[in-house]
Amino acid sequence: MNILQRIRLSVFPDKQETNQHKHGRRKTFNSFLLHFRPRSVPERTLRFSLTWGLGGMAAVLLFLLFGSGLLLKFAYEASPGKAYESIVYLNNQVPFGRLLRNVHHWSANALMFVVFLHCLRVFYTSAFAAPRQFNWIIGLTLFSAVVLSNFTGYLLPWDQLAYWAITISTSMLDYIPGVGTALKEWVLAGSEPGSKTLVNFYAIHTAILPVMLLFFLPFHFWRIRKARGLIIPRSPGEDPSVKGEMIDTMPHLIMREVSLAVVVIAVILLTSMFFNAPLEDIANPGLSPNPTKAPWYFMGIQEMLMHFHPVFALLVIPGLLLFGLLSIPYINYEANTTGIWFCSNKGRKMALIAVVFATLTTVGAVLFDEFVVIANQAGPSNMLSNGLLPFSVVLAVCIGFYVSIKRTFSATNNEAIQALFTLLITSFVVLTVIGVWFRGTGMQLMWGA
Amino acid sequence: MEKETHSRRSFLNKLWLVLGGVAFAEIIAVLFTFFKPRKTEPTAADEAAIITAGPVDNFEPGTVSAFVAGKFYLARLEDGGFLAMSRRCTHLSCTVPWVSAENKFICPCHSSEFDIRGEVANPPAPRALDLYPINIRNNILTVNTGKLRKRSVFAPDQVTYPKKS
Repeated sequence: MNILQRIRLSVFPDKQETNQHKHGRRKTFNSFLLHFRPRSVPERTLRFSLTWGLGGMAAVLLFLLFGSGLLLKFAYEASPGKAYESIVYLNNQVPFGRLLRNVHHWSANALMFVVFLHCLRVFYTSAFAAPRQFNWIIGLTLFSAVVLSNFTGYLLPWDQLAYWAITISTSMLDYIPGVGTALKEWVLAGSEPGSKTLVNFYAIHTAILPVMLLFFLPFHFWRIRKARGLIIPRSPGEDPSVKGEMIDTMPHLIMREVSLAVVVIAVILLTSMFFNAPLEDIANPGLSPNPTKAPWYFMGIQEMLMHFHPVFALLVIPGLLLFGLLSIPYINYEANTTGIWFCSNKGRKMALIAVVFATLTTVGAVLFDEFVVIANQAGPSNMLSNGLLPFSVVLAVCIGFYVSIKRTFSATNNEAIQALFTLLITSFVVLTVIGVWFRGTGMQLMWGA
Repeated sequence: MEKETHSRRSFLNKLWLVLGGVAFAEIIAVLFTFFKPRKTEPTAADEAAIITAGPVDNFEPGTVSAFVAGKFYLARLEDGGFLAMSRRCTHLSCTVPWVSAENKFICPCHSSEFDIRGEVANPPAPRALDLYPINIRNNILTVNTGKLRKRSVFAPDQVTYPKKS
């Protein structure tokens, strides 16, 4: 055996058995892949309409982000004087610099959107039920890491958009009673965004959050294996214990995943070639642009701030929503609906009603508040008329909706909770849409551009 | 004898646990002080915090002047009194421009409005604009930007009047 053969043998020991080199190499590769996967999977879990490939897309985007982010680290300088310049230099002088930044930008935005849809998919197929309860919590942790990554990354270019979005978002902390101001000063390392804030955010963005993601992502995958793979999709009334035919992971699952990954990468690259990541003027603490908006994924909260006293918009309501999200897998459900889209046909109808109801009431409430309540209010926002009163109305509407839809359809609590969740998610989406597209100069409501 | 050995072992185990707890607390304390924000802005005691705005007569009644370096507005009310106000909106810290055409401060972020006294004219702002103390000596007006004073509403005793000469 010559030296090359011996080296090859040390890398691919399987090859020793036969002369069929190709076969041996493929086998080694396959057994490596199968560290992450079972040897075979139920054929029905491969259906695209079960997962829509969302989890896989999120993973691919995350790796695009790690790759592009790693390269950006070599171009970026984290200080207020130099950050903006380094981005302009990257954009205009460095070969492929602009493309690289675009890839990072669009992947990050796509990831936000994809993980949100992934979360909805898991919810609407009841994939959070035992034994997957804790994986829902891990998923929420990953979700918050993604939100925080987007948020901390937002400041780094140090342009007007970045500076004011961070100013607004961190000032929200001021309203947490007692510790809020101290907390804000910790995050900003001062009382307003400055060089230390940038260093803080850079460290969190490029070290703490990536490590957190790299830890929780395998954890998330491992729990899927522990739960014996994905949920089995079924139609209403079908027996949950029927597993169906098993099929080899390689090539059936792996090839699907690889093709999905290729499509995602192609879409991101194409988008990055034709659409540039925004970069406004360099940050100017003396001039808030008009209008000043938070990043789009925070616009729902910013829109709530237009209507509620900050203690309610930032603490009470998000706190309750977070509590609700965390408790979803631990509620005692009447029926086992795992694998059925929208629980049942009835559940589907109820969710649809919730979407329509939420859209109409949210739009109505925003218009009413804007043109009737606020238009006639002079003086500062106060806890009672801008906080407790509208909050109680919203809460009463939610409870009333839950009780009446459960009674009208004589539904199980699975279906009723799903309808309530749909109501809240739809309202949040509507608020986000209003904030992003229907707020113009001075944050006035407007129609069209 | 065996009982004694056992109790000694459990005592030592507990001791290790306590020592570990102390070490952990120390690390937390170190991290806490390491990350504690250190003051970078001038405080009341610093010379740099005192901004000289100039002679009182430079400011017409009913006008607002911006001081970029000190990050504040100097408003002279119709009755001749002065207010020095922070330019940060009390809602979510945007910089509030003075819109002289409307005689109001209008925040571009969430459309809060304040009148010339810093009083909230339109929500969502929850408080009137923050104040800085004013000192008038020999008709020269100075503002101490190291001493931010929060207030919920406007009150007449917040206004500083020049001595009648």
